[in-house]
Amino acid sequence: MNDSNADPIIDIRRSQLGRARGLGAAKSGLHHWWAQRVTAIALLPLSLYFVLSVLMLEGASRTQMMGYMAEPWNAVLFLCLIAALFYHLALGLQTVIEDYVHTDATRLVTMLAVKGLIVFCALASAVSVLKLAL
Amino acid sequence: MAEFTLPKNSKVGVGKTYKAPTGAKRVKEFKVYRWNPDDGKNPTTDTYEIDLDACGPMVLDAIIKIKNEIDSSLTFRRSCREGICGSCAMNIDGTNTLACLKPIDDVKGAVAINPLPHMPVVKDLVPDLTQAYAQYRSIEPWLQSETAAPPDGERLQSKEERAELDGLWECIMCFCCTTSCPSYWWNGDRYLGPAVLMAAYRWIADSRDEHTGQRLDALEDPFKLYRCHTIMNCTQTCPKGLNPAKAIGKVKQLMLERQG
Repeated sequence: MNDSNADPIIDIRRSQLGRARGLGAAKSGLHHWWAQRVTAIALLPLSLYFVLSVLMLEGASRTQMMGYMAEPWNAVLFLCLIAALFYHLALGLQTVIEDYVHTDATRLVTMLAVKGLIVFCALASAVSVLKLAL
Repeated sequence: MAEFTLPKNSKVGVGKTYKAPTGAKRVKEFKVYRWNPDDGKNPTTDTYEIDLDACGPMVLDAIIKIKNEIDSSLTFRRSCREGICGSCAMNIDGTNTLACLKPIDDVKGAVAINPLPHMPVVKDLVPDLTQAYAQYRSIEPWLQSETAAPPDGERLQSKEERAELDGLWECIMCFCCTTSCPSYWWNGDRYLGPAVLMAAYRWIADSRDEHTGQRLDALEDPFKLYRCHTIMNCTQTCPKGLNPAKAIGKVKQLMLERQG
């Protein structure tokens, strides 16, 4: 721009319509969008249950804790909470990364790292519940 | 990564000030974005003092007065001056709107005028909307039907079918909504934006159109459609009082509906 005599550099000659169409529609996205909403709604009662459990178990010993988790209801609700929470987290962070990370390589690496970490945390949480419950 | 600051050559400096004529009683300041592609300089904000007693009531009246009487180099688009052509879409007092529909009295203090956000600038207040127009073209905004029209008349709609199009057909494609959407700012190359998605829904909702399924197919994409995070800037800023966010919501609803 500073040198008005220089030839303009044009590195894209593809038509505007071609660019707007891009690679076409991926025929996906609905499941992601719907799952994000379903898990959000599921998390309302599950979070309430989690908070109540924490309040009830305040200062509980390990034996009491194991007794609580040995109740099938509690173990199942905790596993539901873990599934909904980490699934929702993965979907949400995926959206954030897609929104803000624009370099393909960085996006791929960030996405894999974040999702890997989430799977690890979810499994660690589930194993903890099972260890207490079984 | 997303850009949160302006690139170096886009940083806006302080520009010239044009004083009001002596004796002017109701003086209003207009701070206008200026950029000239030919002089190699950064953009500036020029200040024009206008005597409101010698000016029409709308912001467009003021910038036409500036061009006619103070600084003929000020560049902007305008045509109908009554909110139906969509040419004078710009950012006034922090909100995208049509200069011809925006009363000067609505703005407290100085009137800040900038081009539509996050679009390439051609000059001053003229944005380059080529990409947005191409995206509009890509949703094929015309009636598509295999059934031939009756030989002796129009394709008829019931009153209810026609009512489905109200709040959609009024869009004048000024792109105030699209350029107000953060999702479009970050991913405008792939996300279609509220104006184009509402236009797409206008044809999806049309009882005479037979390509509803193909239209939904063409939108079902994490970027083209689902970059909409229901931020609602589009609906808030629309100078025609339309609701693009609701139209996009309807498209998402139909996507779900056809899954069974």
